[in-house]
Parts: sequence; structure tokens; C-alpha cells
Amino acid sequence: MRLIGPKEIEDIALGAALLGAGGGGDPYIGKLMALGAVKECGPVRLIDPDEVPDEQLCMPIAMMGAPTVLNEKAVNGSEYQEIIRMIEDGMDNKVYAIMPIEAGGVNSMLPIVAAARLGLPLVDVDGMGRAFPELQHVTFTIGGMHATPMALVDEKGNTNYMTTITNKWAERIGRVICMECGGSVSIALYTMTGKMMKEFGVHGIVTRSENLGRAIRHIKDCPEGMTPEEYFLDYTGGHYLFKGKISDVLREVRNGFNFGRVKLEGIGAEKGRQAYVEFQNENLCCVVDGQIKATVPDMICLVDTETFIPVPTDALKYGKRVMVVGLECFHLWRTEAGIDLAGPRYFGLETDYIPVEERCK
Amino acid sequence: MYKLGIDVGGTNTDAVLIDEDLSVVAAVKYPTSDDIYSGIMGSIDAVLSAGEVNPAEIKQAMLGTTQCTNAIVQRQGLAPIAILRIGAPASVGIPPMVDWADDIAAVCVADAIIPGGFEFDGQRLSEFDAQAAREFFESVKGKVQSVAISCVFSTVRNDDEIAAAKIAREVLGEDVCLSLSSEIGSMGLIERENATILNAALHQVAERFTEGFAKSLAEKGVVNADVYLSQNDGTLMTMEYARKYPILTIACGPTNSIRGASYLSKMDNAIVIDVGGTTTDLGVLANGFPRESGVAVTIGGVRTNFRMPDVISIGLGGGSIVRQHEDGTVTVGPDSVGFRITEKALVFGGDVTTATDVAVRLGMVDNVGDASKVADMPLEFAEAAMAVMRELVEDSIDMMKVSNDDIDAILVGGGSIVVPTDLAGTAICVKPEFSGCANAIGSAISKVSGTYEALIDYDVTPRDEALDQARNAAIELAVEAGAVRETVEIIDVEDVPLQYYPGHTNRVRVRAAGELGK
Repeated sequence: MRLIGPKEIEDIALGAALLGAGGGGDPYIGKLMALGAVKECGPVRLIDPDEVPDEQLCMPIAMMGAPTVLNEKAVNGSEYQEIIRMIEDGMDNKVYAIMPIEAGGVNSMLPIVAAARLGLPLVDVDGMGRAFPELQHVTFTIGGMHATPMALVDEKGNTNYMTTITNKWAERIGRVICMECGGSVSIALYTMTGKMMKEFGVHGIVTRSENLGRAIRHIKDCPEGMTPEEYFLDYTGGHYLFKGKISDVLREVRNGFNFGRVKLEGIGAEKGRQAYVEFQNENLCCVVDGQIKATVPDMICLVDTETFIPVPTDALKYGKRVMVVGLECFHLWRTEAGIDLAGPRYFGLETDYIPVEERCK
Repeated sequence: MYKLGIDVGGTNTDAVLIDEDLSVVAAVKYPTSDDIYSGIMGSIDAVLSAGEVNPAEIKQAMLGTTQCTNAIVQRQGLAPIAILRIGAPASVGIPPMVDWADDIAAVCVADAIIPGGFEFDGQRLSEFDAQAAREFFESVKGKVQSVAISCVFSTVRNDDEIAAAKIAREVLGEDVCLSLSSEIGSMGLIERENATILNAALHQVAERFTEGFAKSLAEKGVVNADVYLSQNDGTLMTMEYARKYPILTIACGPTNSIRGASYLSKMDNAIVIDVGGTTTDLGVLANGFPRESGVAVTIGGVRTNFRMPDVISIGLGGGSIVRQHEDGTVTVGPDSVGFRITEKALVFGGDVTTATDVAVRLGMVDNVGDASKVADMPLEFAEAAMAVMRELVEDSIDMMKVSNDDIDAILVGGGSIVVPTDLAGTAICVKPEFSGCANAIGSAISKVSGTYEALIDYDVTPRDEALDQARNAAIELAVEAGAVRETVEIIDVEDVPLQYYPGHTNRVRVRAAGELGK
């Protein structure tokens, strides 16, 4: 067990933006909520997955809706009291701890808010180890889990508790409720036992985010004999994929998702070479001179070549210099079930999944 | 009649005189003083004698200043304030100023979040609690002279902010300074509220510099002039308005230099490269106005959502120090001799090799210092340094472009002699006359604007008709503010549908701007 305070929150937000692999949105508003919560309620206890007894319940917290709405009306802070009441009544059991469902954007921060306000510990675990676009893209799906019961509450106190026959229905009904509540709601879903969490969760993800964030913030103090770039790759365990200038960004919105392709022209040692990265909210694949260098479920991250600060897909613009880095995904994503759920073919890429470290050999 | 434009920079205070035909009569640079005003007065003296103009003939005086930016960055002269946010139960999870540094958050004496506010579509989020507002203002009576008021989705509907402002005046008196978020920022509650808080805290600074400017002018015999201040969007505001919205003067420097460059070059679309003594700012001129930045702008560590020119700064200027390293590589900057260039640079008899020395050695400029003092600089070294400088600028041009096509470029600023005009990625690259004082010129030729805003039901008034009426109303407002009718143009039109109002109600906002009358 250790404590999460304002400094840790800054680092977790920055690191989670890297693990978001281009998606997850700007964690700024989430960070403010987390800072506000720990200022008011004190630091959050972060516990290891092993500290949770097998039969106890862990409740993931997230938000659903438009980030632009959240940026304007923010949360009340007492939503989590309602959520936990609904989940505990519905499941007829006490919630032992809070956990994040994904790393990236506002959803890496809201579980900290909930843990602080409920006085519950936060488990150092999530269900992706990165960010993904859809509700069912969690490792617990591999374990046969269902997203509902799902609890939704808005900042005014309107609540809804639902069970659905499939995850698709949970998403459809949830969206309608979300719009009627003014465009953003807090949710709990995939509430699970300690046993399920330990077996299928991505362990140590909060700590990993924090370490990555701290490394990026201190990139200028890299050890002697190493360039900041070498230090960055060494520290993140990242595989260098390409370095270039953005020469074009193509975007379109389909079914509520942002699709697109960012084209890169090589700079420095890569001069004369071409690359592109395709994305659907998150980055899906990186292709250099016609050769695939990495695909989902591995993480493909674009970072600023000077500051190494992650560049999300909505901030891509012509002329920006970026380094493309591949990070190895959580091992369960590399199983047959994991690849079926979130591999390249699920996202319409005509290729088998080959781990990034093999593609980069 | 003449216009007087003044720009107070970190190194120099520039002053220009422009005649009725908008031709530059005189342009001078004068060292900026610590107290600002002796620098302003010195520059007025200098420009009046250079132009041989009687100060009584000056009918308009415009000032561009970084006073507000400096006050925020240095945390000086900020006034104690109170903050009222309307929007509970929403937003309570993020108290005001939650991520501000303690030294600047100390401006706030008291804050409260009370019920009220709206949803994204204009529906009520919760009922406005007038009693809570009154109690809050009672509690800060006698402690503050300035109040910031924000409200959830006040960019969609500002009813609650206006109601709260009325109560504030009743409780705190007519003289209280009120800053309403809907008049200051755009979407994004926290960033908008931050800007509103800064605006409230600046009211004493604003009083001081508006009075100081008026006094300096009066003392120099500029007694028949209307006085204006430059805003960040390239238009002017009156002294009275500037006292109410001092935060809007933030970032007027880059805006003025881009607009001044446009005026001097007669170009409307180009990249503007403003080379100073220490840094070079690059901005984009689009249809005569600066291209705005899409990302959040941080002022003194406080995040705001101001519309600011999209500008990048690089560490290259006329005083940048040039060095040859042991491995033979040559570097330029980012450190600079700054305003001490006239004593430090080789061509001025100093012992530091600067970017200016390299330009003189390569014959890119004459009549700057003594060229014989750099005659023995190895040509290879000078060429290597110039290649570095060229690459710095060319890379930055590329970053500012939105496509691979070549773009026109305008070089301005006192340091522009160190940049060659045959830059890669540019079609035409010009260096207009008087380009050294582009900022002050931009300030002098700024336009005045009028903004019309209303809720209009398109079922009652069809959209085309409604927008026409709104355009005309905005033009009238601009004319009222002093614009010449024939020059007024619509610069911004937006209509946002409010679904939950009866019929097809839209919030319509139109902005018009035109040149000041003679």
C-alpha cells in the first residue's frame, strides 16, 4: 500500500496519456477532479491486486459521453456515493475497492476521484493496460465476464441501474440515457471479484503510468552517456518505429468514432523514408516504407521529438515532429481470445498479429 | 490629422506616426524604461521631432502593452477578489483555482459554488439560487472591490451571470468591478473561469496603465486624441473598455506585429517572421488577421482558453551568440546579447560574435556597425552559421504551414537583417520598409469592432433574414464604436441551436470591424 497525492496524480495523468496510444482524450479535466478530490478528502491508498481477498468486490469507475460536455459542467463529486449504493444493493455485496478500467485520458483519473471521495482503496490494476474504443475491449471479456450490471448517474443525482442481455445493448441504452442527462454521466461496470481481477487484470498499471509520467517530466535529467531519446526508449521499454514530420492528416467520423491516417515524412536518419499511422480513436498500425512495423493490440504511441510528451490523435497537425514508438501490450491480448477481441483483423486490418518486438527485429 | 501608435516591448518602446492616407510619417525605437512611462514619453518626443509634427494634430493614439501579462507572470499589482461560480450540483468536484500555484491563488479572498446554470442545449441544469448569491456577496462586503462570476454553459445562456451581477451591484455598490465569464472566454468552464479570475485581479493594474498612458500623452501635448488599446484579436478597445476587460490586452504584441506586417507588405495571406534581438516569432496571416491557436494558452502558469494568435518562438535573433565548437560544428543561440548588442557585437567594437556580425560579414546588410571589424571572420565559418540560422527559420516555417504548398513570407522586426529572403518553402519573401516597427504600426492601424448577440427563433424570423438583421446590428455597433461605415466588414458569424427552446431558437453572434474615422 502506498499513498497517491497531487504529485503522483500529475505523473499518472501524463503517463496514462502515453499508454492511451493516441486515444483517451485530454486528461486535464480529469486531473483537476482528482486534485480537487485529494485536496478535500486526503490522499488515496493504492493497493496491489494481491492485497484484495479473492471473494471481495472491485468496482471499475469511468465516464461515458462527450468530453466537451464534461469540460464545461464537470462532476459533482457525490455521484460515486450513488453508484456504489446501486451496485452494492444490486449485487447484494459490499464493494471492497475501486479500480480503473482503462489507462488513458479522463478514465485514468476518475477512479482516483471515486476512491478519494468514497474513502476506499484504489487497486493498481485495469482491464486494458492501454485505451480501446469500445466497451467490450477489456481483458475481463476474455475471462467470460459481462459489462453489466451497470450503474449510471449524472451530476444532478439522476440514477439508473441496468442489466442487459449483451454488451452491445449496454452501450446502446447507456448512450440514450447519457444524452438525456445532458451529455455526460459517471458509470460503474464490470464490477468483479478479487479472484477475477487478479486472474485477468493488467497488474501494476497505475504505478506504470506514474513511472512513465515521471520519466517524461524528467527527460532532460537523463543519465550521462545517454541521449534523451535513448533514455526514453530504455525507460518505457519502447521499440523505435520511426521519426518524422507530419505531412498530412486525413480524418473522418463514422458511427461516433474518429477514423484517420497520419502521414509522416522521415527526418534526421530517416530522411527520404515515408510512414503512416492509422487510427480509430486509438492508433491501430504503423507502416514504414510499405512494411508493417506494429499493430494493435500493441500500443503505437506518437511523442514529441523534443519533449517526448504524447501527442493524441486529436492534436495531430501538419508540420509537427514526432517519434513513433511501439510498446508491448499485456500478455492476455496476445492469446487467441485476445487477438480475436482486439487484434488487427477486428479493426479491419488485413494482417495477422505479430508482436512488435518481432516485427522490429 | 495623425495617428500615433506605441508598442511597449521588453527591450524597446516603438512609436510611429501615420498620416490620414495611412502612410508612415516617422518611426522610432526608444529604450523601454522600468517605469514604462518615461520610455513612452521618450518615444513620443523622438517620433514627434522625427516627423516634425505638432502634437495637437494627433487625433488618435493607440497603445499596445504587455503590462497585464507582466503583472500575472510576476504576480505584481494583482487585487484581492472574490469568485462566485454558478452551476451546483455540477462542477462542485472541481473547486475554482484547484491547480493554481499558491502565490497567484492568494488573490482570492473567498469563493463559492451556488446552484444554477444550464445544459449544453440551453435547458436548465438547476434553478439559480439568488439568495445564496446575495449571502455570498454580503460575506465579502468591505473585503474586495472586484468579483469574478462564472456559470456552467454561460456561453450558451448568460442569464444567471447577469442576474448574479445585478445582485452584486445591489450589495457591493455600483463601483464594484464585475468580470463575467460569458463576456471573456469560450467553452470549457475551468479555462474560462481562470481567465475571468485573472481579469478581475487585474483591475488595479488596468486603472494604472490607462491613467498613466493618458497622463503621458497629455504631458507631451497630445491633447486632442481619442485613446485606444490593442486587444489580442487585432482590434482596438477604448480606455473605458480596457479598464473593464484588461485581460483582453494579453498577447496583443504578436497580433500587432502580424497585422503591421500585413499593412506594410499589402499582403493578406502569408507567414510573418518577426525577428527580435533574442527570439523570432512566427505567425500566420490569414485573410488579414492572425490565425488563432487551437490549443489552451497558459499565462503565468494559469490555463485559459483565450483566442490567441498561433505563434511559435525560436531562440534566434539579431543578438544570438554564434559559436564554433571543438568538433568544428557551428551553433547559433539560443542565448543572446539582447539589448546590449550595440556594445557587445563585433561590428560595434565588442568581442562577442553574434548573428548580426555574420550577416554583415556575408554582405547581407550595409550600414550596420563597422564592417571592417568582421573582415577577417573566415567565410566558411560565416556560411556555416548562416546555414544553421536558415535551417532554424525554414524548419519553423514548415511547422506553421498547413500544407506542403509554398507560402508567401513577410520578414519584420529589428533583427530581420540576419535572415535571408530566399527561404525554402516560401514563394515570395519580402522585407518591407519600416518593418522594424511593425508592432507599433499594427497598433496604429488596428480596427474597431462591434459584436451583436441575441437569441432568435428561426420559426419566427427565418435564418437568412435573422442573420442579415444581426449583421446590420453588428455593423451599427461598430460604427457607434467609431468605425467608418464604408470600411466595416463582418469578421465572425456563429449561430448555435438551442434544442429545448420553443421552435428553432438559436444563439446568434456576429462581429463586425472597420477602420477608425478620421
